[in-house]
Amino acid sequence: MTDKFAPVDKILKEHDCNPAQLIPILQQVQDLYRYLPEDVMRHIADKLEIPPARVFGVATFFAHFAITPKGKHIIRVCNGTACHVKGSSFVINTVKDKLKLKDGQDTTADGLFTLECVSCLGACGLAPVMVIDDVVHGQITPAQAVKLIDEIAAAEAKNA
Amino acid sequence: MPKTIEQISKDYNDAYKKITGRVTICGGTGCIAGGSMKVYDAFQQELEKRKIGYCLNITKGCHENYISMSGCRGFCAAGPLVSVNDIFYTHVKPQDVPEIVEKTILKGEVVERLLFVDPNSHQHCKTISEIPFYSKQERILLHDCGRINPEDINEYIAHGGYAQAKRAYTQMTDEEVCKEIMESGLRGRGGGGFPTGKKWDLTRIEKGPKKYVICNADEGDPGAFMDRSVMEGNPNAVIEGMMIAARAIGADEGYIYVRMEYPLAVKRMRTAIKQAEELGLLGKNIFGSGKNFDIHVMEGAGAFVCGEETALIASVEGRRGMPNVKPPFPSQKGLFGKPTVINNVETLATVAKIMEMGAKEFKKIGTLTSPGTKTFAVTGHIANTGLVEVPMGTTLRQVIDDVAGGTTNDDGTVNKNAFKAAQIGGPSGGCLTKEHLDIPLDFDSLKSVGAMVGSGGLVVMNDKTCMVNVARFFLEFTQRESCGKCVPCREGTEQMLTMLNDIVEGRATLKTLENLEDLAKAVQKASLCALGKTAPNPVLSTLKHFREEYVAHVVEKRCPAGVCKALARFEIQADKCKGCGMCKRACPVQAISGEVGKPHHIDPKKCIKCGGCKSTCKFGAVVTGA
Repeated sequence: MTDKFAPVDKILKEHDCNPAQLIPILQQVQDLYRYLPEDVMRHIADKLEIPPARVFGVATFFAHFAITPKGKHIIRVCNGTACHVKGSSFVINTVKDKLKLKDGQDTTADGLFTLECVSCLGACGLAPVMVIDDVVHGQITPAQAVKLIDEIAAAEAKNA
Repeated sequence: MPKTIEQISKDYNDAYKKITGRVTICGGTGCIAGGSMKVYDAFQQELEKRKIGYCLNITKGCHENYISMSGCRGFCAAGPLVSVNDIFYTHVKPQDVPEIVEKTILKGEVVERLLFVDPNSHQHCKTISEIPFYSKQERILLHDCGRINPEDINEYIAHGGYAQAKRAYTQMTDEEVCKEIMESGLRGRGGGGFPTGKKWDLTRIEKGPKKYVICNADEGDPGAFMDRSVMEGNPNAVIEGMMIAARAIGADEGYIYVRMEYPLAVKRMRTAIKQAEELGLLGKNIFGSGKNFDIHVMEGAGAFVCGEETALIASVEGRRGMPNVKPPFPSQKGLFGKPTVINNVETLATVAKIMEMGAKEFKKIGTLTSPGTKTFAVTGHIANTGLVEVPMGTTLRQVIDDVAGGTTNDDGTVNKNAFKAAQIGGPSGGCLTKEHLDIPLDFDSLKSVGAMVGSGGLVVMNDKTCMVNVARFFLEFTQRESCGKCVPCREGTEQMLTMLNDIVEGRATLKTLENLEDLAKAVQKASLCALGKTAPNPVLSTLKHFREEYVAHVVEKRCPAGVCKALARFEIQADKCKGCGMCKRACPVQAISGEVGKPHHIDPKKCIKCGGCKSTCKFGAVVTGA
C-alpha cells in the first residue's frame, strides 16, 4: 500500500521541511488537490513541527487558499475598479442568479461551477472581464455570461 | 567562463544588423486576453506557408525576419498591438496577418485599415510617435517596455542593461551608490513617497553580515497594473535595480514578492532570473567583485494587506500576513530579524536609469520635491485605457484629455464634459473633481487636497457614476482585506460598510452621515497600519465633494445616477422605444415583453436589475428611474 501522503511529502522535501516555506508548500499542495483537505494540513503541521493552528491560520488568511472543494469549472468575474465602473456587478449578480448561489455560497450544489469574484486581473482595457477555466472573455455582458455557462452545462450534460 | 556584458552587447548588436525586418507582437496581459498569442502563431504559419524565412531568436544567427513578443505597450484599449519595423498596427486579428505579410513585410506598404485613427484629428497614425497617446508621454521607465523581447536577456544587455549594476559593483562604494540615489531625490513609487536613497542608507549603516532586499510586487490596488507591466515588459530592469540596492546596503539575498494573480509576470521574472544566473550576473562573485547575490521569487496568496511592508515580511516568513508596529523599521529588523530594504517594482526599475543619466539629469524631470516620472494606470470611462508615464507635476487634465484621449460616455463616445471625478491611489486614495483638473500630479500637491499618488491607479468616472456607490465599493474592498489585527480597522470598517449599505439601500438618515464621518475619522487616526489609516479616504473625500449625492440617497431615497440597485427601477420609455426587441433578447430572465414594432415593457417582479437591457438599447429608451 502506498502512503496516501507521499505526493505531499515530496513537496515538503523539496522545501526542506522549512516552516518559512509554508505558503509555497500550501500553494503546491492546493494545485494537487484543488483545495486543502484537513488531514493534509494536519500532516503538513506534523512534518514542519509547527502547530496545526498555524497552518489553518495561514490557509484561512489568504484568499487564494480553499478549505472546501472547488467546482469543476471556475468562473472568475473581475470586480476591480475598472470592471466595477463598467458594470461588473451586474454580471456577478446575473451569474449568481443563474447558478442559484445563495449568499456566502460559491460552488453549485452539483459541484460543476465555482464563482469567484476577484479584485483586478489587470486586463482593465477589456473591462468588464470574466474568466472561465483560464479563458479570458472581455467586455462581457450579463446575457453573454449566461450563454457561456449554458454552453458548458450543455456540454457536461452530453458527456454525462 | 561566461561572456562579459560588453561582449554580449556587441554580439547582439552585430546579429541585429543582419535581420531584414522585425515583427513585435504585444504579449502583455491585456493583449494576450485579446488574442495576441493567436496572432503570434498566425505570423509563423503565414511566413512558413509563403516560405519566407523568419526566426524567433536572433542570437543563434538570423538573416531574415525576427518575430518576437514584447511586454505591455500600455495602449491596452487598442490591443492586440503589432508593429512591423516602425509601422504600428492596432486591433490585429489572426485573419489580418496574411494581408500584413503580403503588403508590409513583402512590399513595405502600409495596411491603412489597421492603423490607429486619432479620434480628434481623424488622422491615420503610421508610427507610434504620431499617436498622441504616446507622443504626449515621457517614457523613461517604460521606454524599453514593448520594444524589447522580455524573455531574452541579451537584448536588455544590448540596450545598455546591467552596465550600471557592473559600475556599482566594480567602481563604486556602497556609500557612493546610496549618495547617488539620495541626490536624485527619487521617492518610493509604491505609495508612501519615502526617499529611496535615505531608506537604503538607513539599512546600509546597520551592522551585521546578513541583509535582504525585497521587491514589493504585490500590486493589490484594483485597477492598477503598472508593476505588472514593468515585470512583464522589462523584468531585467527590476533585477538590475535589486542588484544595485543589494550593493548599496550589503545584502546577498533578495525576494520578489509577486501577486499570484499575475502568472505571466511570475513567469517572465523567473525566466529573467534564470538567464541572469546563467550569465553569472546573479550568484557568486558578481562581476569579479567577490560579492554574492541571489534572488528568489515568491508568489503571494491573495491578501491586499501584504502590500504593507511588515505584513509582506510576515508572509515571506511563512506566517499570516499581518502588519507589525513600527518601529523597529524593516531597515533595522526586517526579514528573519535582519536589516531589510523593501522597494516597489517601479522604484527599483527606475534605479538603473538614474545611474545611467546621473542624479542631476534625473532631477531636471518632474517637480522640485517629486523628481522623475510616474506611471499611471488610467482606466474607467476613458477613451484610451492603458498605462501612461508622465513627468511628476503633469496636470490631471493633461493626463486625461491629452494623453488618454478624454472622458467617455457610457456608450464609449468621447465627451470631455462628461468628466465627473477621478479616483487616484485606489482604495487608499481620494477622489479628484472638476476643480482639481489643473492641479499638478505629484506627492505634495495631491496630499494637500486629501488625495495621494498611491501606486498610480487612476480611475476616471463620468457623470453617470454614483459616487456613494464608488465609495462603498472601495470600502467593501478594504473591509474585506482588513487583516483583523487591530480593532479600529477590523470593527470600524465593518460598521462604516453597514452604514454605507443603509445609505445605498434607503434605510439611512442624516444622522447616519454624521456618524459615518465621525467613525471614518476615528479609523483614520487609530488604525495600526496604512491599510486602516487610508481606508476611510474614499468615503471622506466623496462626502466632502459630493455630499449632495449622499443627501439625495438619504433624504429623497433617490440615487441621482440611477446606479444603486435598491433605489433604482428599470423602465422603458414608451416614446423612445422602437420595439426592436434587442432588450428582450438581452434580458437573461425574460422580464421584458412586447410585440415587434411596439413599445416594450419590463416586469419589475421578474427584473433582477442586471442592466443588460439598458446597455443594449440603441435609442436610450431604458432608464433607471428613482
